[in-house]
Amino acid sequence: MKITVQTEAFDLDREVRALYQANPKVGAVASFLGLVRDLNEGQGVATLSLEHYPGMTEKALAQIVEDARRRWEVLDATLIHRVGTLHPSEPIVLVAVASSHRGDAFAACEFIMDFLKTRAPFWKKEATPEGERWVDARESDERAAARWQV
Amino acid sequence: MKVRLLYFARLREVFATSQETPELPPNIQTVASLLNWLRQRGGVWAEELAAGRAYRVAINQDLTTQEAVLHENDEIAVFPPVTGG
Repeated sequence: MKITVQTEAFDLDREVRALYQANPKVGAVASFLGLVRDLNEGQGVATLSLEHYPGMTEKALAQIVEDARRRWEVLDATLIHRVGTLHPSEPIVLVAVASSHRGDAFAACEFIMDFLKTRAPFWKKEATPEGERWVDARESDERAAARWQV
Repeated sequence: MKVRLLYFARLREVFATSQETPELPPNIQTVASLLNWLRQRGGVWAEELAAGRAYRVAINQDLTTQEAVLHENDEIAVFPPVTGG
C-alpha cells in the first residue's frame, strides 16, 4: 500500500505498473485520476491551492484504504494526493486498486474516492482575477459516501 | 487542563490564527463545552461556531463529536467541511 501527500506531479503509468508487475495474482487494476477543473466558468484562469492537515491527512487516508481492504479483495493500492498550487487540467489525485477481478477493484477504488472527498482533511482555495475564495463542500459528496452504508 | 487547538483553511484565516495552547477552565470537559468557551470570545468566534454552521472537530487527528471528552495535551482541530479530491 502506498499513500502519499505531495506537491510534485506523478506518473500514472508508472504508478499503475508498480501495482501489478511484481504480482501475478493481480488480474485487474482500477484507477481514478482526479483533475483540477476550471471552476471559474470561463471568467479568467483560476489556480487552485490545496491546504491539508499534516499527520491527520495520512492517518485518515490509511484508515479509508484499510476500510476498503476489509470489504473487498485488495491485493495492493496506491493513493496519491497533491497539495500546493495547481492549475486547471493538472492531475490532483490518483487512486489505483489492484485485485484479482474487476468487481473488487472498481468498488474499492470508488469507495476510497468517496470517503477521501468527505473524510480526508484537504481544503481547496480558488484564485481568480476577481480574488480568492474557499471552495464549498458539496452535499452530493456526502450522499455518495453515505450510499456505502458504513 | 492544557490543550493544543489548531485551525485550518477558511477558519484559520477568519480567526487569524493557526494554533494556540490555552489552559482551559476546569468546567471545560467536552468538545461541546470547548466550543461554547470559544464562542464566548464573541465576534468571528461566535459567528463561525454558531449552531447550524458547518464545521468539523478532530481530537488527536480523528474526527469526533460534540460529546467527546477532552484530555490533557489533546490536539483538537476545528476546520471547515473538507473539499479534497
